[in-house]
Amino acid sequence: MNEKQTTKATAPLPGKEGQGSGAFKYFPHTEEDFREMLDAVGASSVHDLFADVPEAARFQRDYDLPQALSETDLRLFFEQLTHPVNAQQLVCFAGAGCYDHYAPSVVQNLIQRSEFLTSYTPYQAEISQGTLHYIFEYQSMIAELTGLDISNASMYDGSTATAEAMMMAWGNAKKATRVLVSETIDPKVRRVVDTYAHFHGVPLQLIPAKNGALDREALDKELAEGGVAGVIVQQPNYFGIIEDFTGIADAVHEQKGIFVINANPSDLAILKTPGEWGADVAVGEGQSLGIPMTFGGPGVGFMACTEKLIRKMPGRIVGQTLDNRGQRAFVLTLQAREQHIRRQKATSNICSNQSLMALYVTIYLSVMGKQGLREAAEMSYAGAHSLCDKLLATGKFHLTYPGQLFFNEFCVDYDGDLDALLAEATECGYLAGVKVGEKTLMIAVTEQRTPEEIEELVDILGKDIL
Amino acid sequence: MNRTLYGNLIFELSKKGRKGYSLPQDYDRSHTTAELPEVLRRREAARLPECDELTVVRHYTNLSHNNFGVNDGFYPLGSCTMKYNPVINEEIAAMKAFAGLHPLQPADTCQGALEVYFNLQQSLAELAGLSEFTLNPCAGAHGELTGLMVIRAYHEANNETRNKVLIPDSAHGTNPASAAVCGLEVVEVKSLSDGTVDVDHLRQLLEEMGDQVAAMMMTNPNTLGIFEPRVLEITDMVHKAGGLMYYDGANLNALLGECRPGDMGFDVMHINLHKTFSTPHGGGGPGSGPVGVRKGLEQFLPSPRVVLVAPHTVPEGASAPIFTVDYGNVSPSTDEGAASSSPCSVGSFFGNFGVILKAYAYILSLGRENVKMVGPLATLNANYIKERLRDDYLLPIGGLCKHEVVFDGLVDKSTGVTTMDVAKRLLDYGYHAPTIYFPLLFHESLMIEPTENESKETIDAFIDVMHKIAAEAKTDPELVKSAPHNTPIGRVDDVLAAKQPVTTYWKTLQTSDL
Repeated sequence: MNEKQTTKATAPLPGKEGQGSGAFKYFPHTEEDFREMLDAVGASSVHDLFADVPEAARFQRDYDLPQALSETDLRLFFEQLTHPVNAQQLVCFAGAGCYDHYAPSVVQNLIQRSEFLTSYTPYQAEISQGTLHYIFEYQSMIAELTGLDISNASMYDGSTATAEAMMMAWGNAKKATRVLVSETIDPKVRRVVDTYAHFHGVPLQLIPAKNGALDREALDKELAEGGVAGVIVQQPNYFGIIEDFTGIADAVHEQKGIFVINANPSDLAILKTPGEWGADVAVGEGQSLGIPMTFGGPGVGFMACTEKLIRKMPGRIVGQTLDNRGQRAFVLTLQAREQHIRRQKATSNICSNQSLMALYVTIYLSVMGKQGLREAAEMSYAGAHSLCDKLLATGKFHLTYPGQLFFNEFCVDYDGDLDALLAEATECGYLAGVKVGEKTLMIAVTEQRTPEEIEELVDILGKDIL
Repeated sequence: MNRTLYGNLIFELSKKGRKGYSLPQDYDRSHTTAELPEVLRRREAARLPECDELTVVRHYTNLSHNNFGVNDGFYPLGSCTMKYNPVINEEIAAMKAFAGLHPLQPADTCQGALEVYFNLQQSLAELAGLSEFTLNPCAGAHGELTGLMVIRAYHEANNETRNKVLIPDSAHGTNPASAAVCGLEVVEVKSLSDGTVDVDHLRQLLEEMGDQVAAMMMTNPNTLGIFEPRVLEITDMVHKAGGLMYYDGANLNALLGECRPGDMGFDVMHINLHKTFSTPHGGGGPGSGPVGVRKGLEQFLPSPRVVLVAPHTVPEGASAPIFTVDYGNVSPSTDEGAASSSPCSVGSFFGNFGVILKAYAYILSLGRENVKMVGPLATLNANYIKERLRDDYLLPIGGLCKHEVVFDGLVDKSTGVTTMDVAKRLLDYGYHAPTIYFPLLFHESLMIEPTENESKETIDAFIDVMHKIAAEAKTDPELVKSAPHNTPIGRVDDVLAAKQPVTTYWKTLQTSDL
């Protein structure tokens, strides 16, 4: 320890192990810079600048980390990790909240522009119009897709956006005893909602499912009891089923509660919007808008609401205004809701958004446009129904929830050894779906899946395995 | 950056019938969504733009020219740690083999991804002096909330109801906001005139309500860039009262190489990978806010985490996975365990894996020999700025600063030039502004954080401009007060934006007064 301190005191630049010269590519300081700067601050070593750190808190050894890798070695390291053995690219029929949709080439390229990538939250509107402008476009697109008035600038992911909506409903309620949550929402999302509710002190009540969909009788019974701050449902629900929410909004509004729909935005090209269902808040995961799966993140959470709720909404919001030259400009607005002003009284602790992924979604929706989003949704729908028909025709599968309508994801039961079947599919290079029950397989189809892949999956899943 | 405004909205470029995509046409059309009952379908197609590909490319390229990033110039935004975002990390995060992984695919088909994830968990634990990390949280504030949940879960497990959290009055606004979201009551701890925690006040609070204190949250160096000299005493006092110490990692960059939160007595912390570990801020996200805990608190971390399969469970010669996913006692795809709140869950999958890749690539690029220079270099840069600007800018607290320095506006305020004006004038000279009006301890706060990546030449040029602005404030104050002049837009009307909010294009079609 003493020896090391002596070294520190005499040599401003500690010796580098394994490197020829003292310089490192991300550190511009030369020996000369060091001496001049240390002189200016009146220190003999950079470590003098830490003289205010108590001795007992000083870190006196080397970190137990690998030595620096050159760029060549770094590439080799990651190439080895992405070798097909270590990162198998399976033909993806899995969904459960993460989908393999078509990602137009221009989107990834444009979001990599360093002016977007390397900027911070657009506090300085004068030099951040690029960011503010695309968030305004994003908000417009999300509002349009969800059929609601207002969208925030985006949130972490679909699960936390749903949890925020739950807290929004609770905070909005004057006299309420609980928030109702449908059992058919994604269990991963529900777990996050449960976690937030537990600590935030919000009583939740689960509304059970019936044949894979929200049990309306059970819901109506709960609503009749009153005291409901909000109702949270999912469309299509976790099992892919398109639910009919007719009448829920009115019943919720009668007791001044908030109706929240967690929606899949890619399906909103076709499906009735949360706004049309009478929802006050729409939330969800935007990953299905062409964002690569990337092992589950980053995606982007979205949240939209009615005009009435704008000041209750968490998260950043961009608004239009004028600059002092009379030009249309965009700026972060309604910040009086936020933590840096309101501290513990803020609507939420969120102080950022998933900005770059919001840009991703904005460019994706610009490229796909009015027709493309519908076409991709049609293809996904057609593919899923085609696959479902073919699987049922093998005689080895039957529908888990007969009679229910679905969009591009569905559940089938398999009588044999499902684990063995899935392992077999993986051997063949197919991720056949997600196992959601002892016998139940949930399968998603996107516009990325070719008719050949669908045929091959049917062959794999339909054949007799020992 | 382009100095003229590119003002079009993508909707204004749309023309019916254009398209910017191509999809295969060969597919089984035996089912169409027309078969769905009308009650389930939207009445009208969403009014999304209709544009050809080049129009979209030019539009967003032009928009980018009205934006300023770290690659454009010096970005001394205090407390945000705007360091260089290495390009190689982007290359790695974009590798198709990672981008194409589904989060629920079997562990034995994604060992490479799990290895990176595991290694980053471990590396952060070493860098922080703690036992275990979760990489689930997506941002710093998300990490704070997660960390506080861990703390509450710990007290619950001990059958203690502690509902107060002590927070210095100098803390970032997210600290009290996170505490409130987590159902905790905020109690403010006063600062001394030098900006550090008033330990006497803390002692008094602990005497009054120690048995109700769940935790104390601390940023160290604090938001003034000052190292809390009595940190060991503070952590000891809170521990003795039965509370846990939370370390807000916002300013961790200053300490890399010199000290670790765990060694200072902190029990729980978050790290902003987008600050300390160089992942791009992306205009506000995606970030990543891993949370670490000391030994004994691991079981309260949220899942999923990636774990090393104990060697003895792998049969000899078998190609069984080395890394596996620990989902706690819950299932990733079914209802099992859904009702349990501890261990908790704060996101759908693993967190922002793309960001995690970049942070790990950064740690590997630096290696143990360079990581330890991050704090010293950032601190040297900040102290250099402090010494060279204190003639023109009011330095309210002397002595050493760490990675950032806070001034209280100009020394000479006689011409009425404010911190806001100085910040706006800096934009004219091609710099991003420092953080302004935070911390709240001073009226004219100007918080400068240079990071270790900035060269002496860059910093000298910035210092020269700061002096020039100070001179302008004396000789031509109006020039500074009316700045910026050289940016795509001038100062904006915030009041107008908030009074009758127009937050979508659709609303602009309804309003005529803009």
